[in-house]
Amino acid sequence: MVMAAKEVTTERVYEVLMTVMDPEIDSVSIVDLGMVESVTVEGNDVKVVLLPTFLGCPALEFIENNTRDAVQSLPEVNKVEVEVVFSPPWTSDRITEQGHVNLRKFGIAPPPRHFEEDGSWHVDCAYCGSTYVSMENIFGPTACRSILYCKSCKNVFEAMKPVSTLM
Amino acid sequence: MSNVENGMSKAYKNAVTALLFQLADDELLYAFRASEWLGLAPHIEEDVASSSIAQDSMGHAVMYYKLLEDLGVGSEDDLAHLRPANERKNSILTERVNGEGYYMETPQYDWAYHVVRSYFYTQAKKAKVDSLCQSSYEPLVEAAMKIRMELYYHRLHWETWFKQLLSSTDVAKEKMQQAIELVMEDFGDMFSFGKDKQAIEENNLLCQEEALKASWKASIAPVFAKLQIEVPEIPETPHLNGRNGEHTKDLESALATLSEVYRIDPAAGW
Repeated sequence: MVMAAKEVTTERVYEVLMTVMDPEIDSVSIVDLGMVESVTVEGNDVKVVLLPTFLGCPALEFIENNTRDAVQSLPEVNKVEVEVVFSPPWTSDRITEQGHVNLRKFGIAPPPRHFEEDGSWHVDCAYCGSTYVSMENIFGPTACRSILYCKSCKNVFEAMKPVSTLM
Repeated sequence: MSNVENGMSKAYKNAVTALLFQLADDELLYAFRASEWLGLAPHIEEDVASSSIAQDSMGHAVMYYKLLEDLGVGSEDDLAHLRPANERKNSILTERVNGEGYYMETPQYDWAYHVVRSYFYTQAKKAKVDSLCQSSYEPLVEAAMKIRMELYYHRLHWETWFKQLLSSTDVAKEKMQQAIELVMEDFGDMFSFGKDKQAIEENNLLCQEEALKASWKASIAPVFAKLQIEVPEIPETPHLNGRNGEHTKDLESALATLSEVYRIDPAAGW
């Protein structure tokens, strides 16, 4: 007797997407980064729509492949489609609270939620939480990160750049 | 990203295609020239920053080429790498070398030129991207919204350099003034749509050339006022119009380097 294939649920897909990490910040999943725009299930076929953080991000192709492989690893899944779209644009306020916690684990200050009136922004040290920091370079080792220095604990740390449609 | 409206008229599609080539080629060449500074920028933090900006700009080029691919014009990599110089639509400014020499040998690049080119080009890009946010072509609106957020950081960066060097030593000021002259000589086609002016403007893909010029001038005027220098005049007629496929030898050498690997092995992954 042939067993009917188990049904795929979006919850199950999200669970497995929680294991897909940003290849350049491997403590944070693409779900917590706010890159997953939608998951749709039709029968046993799954479609995942992703939003790129920065357009020139070289990690995007890895993320697409890892997403496909992760969803495909569910035995009940038949076809997997991964699509990347620009609209709505990814903004840094899509990062979840858990994402903020996991960014700090990696030594990266989460993006600030607010801008000053002149468009500048402030973050506290990712390590010691001190507010006594200086911006060393708005640009960093990847497109989405900045480099700062903490004058309290004397560590160099990074911050996720805030990105907003108001810019 | 494959949701191209099939109901588009042929004339409209041609206008979109023409504009996309101008936007894509500008970004490709600007990103390439910026990337030639890798390892040569004045200090390590600048190396990180300007290579990051080059990478973002290449990402913007990829997106515009992808929109062309979605329209069935050709594959994005082929469009970027295989079109000959006389079919390119980038502005002359974006193809210019960074100075004497070659980056693999003894480059004598001009940082003042890179700062002025980047600042003026980035502000021009801002004028276009702002207008594209109201384009009649929805995929361009989506792309522009995304680009605008990244552009914010580029503008901040080049404006800082521009102000600081022009407020610095006499030597710095003199080099910057020379660079401004050089850049402005090539600025005549920056806001030109070339032969496609009517098609692009009538289809409301982007605002009119004159409006873009005004927007550019207004955006840099406060900075120039603070520095107590005049906003330079944009040449009425370009000496060469890149939008019509007219180019300098610098473009050929740029394409030869940029596309060398792709032409050897088009099947290679990127």
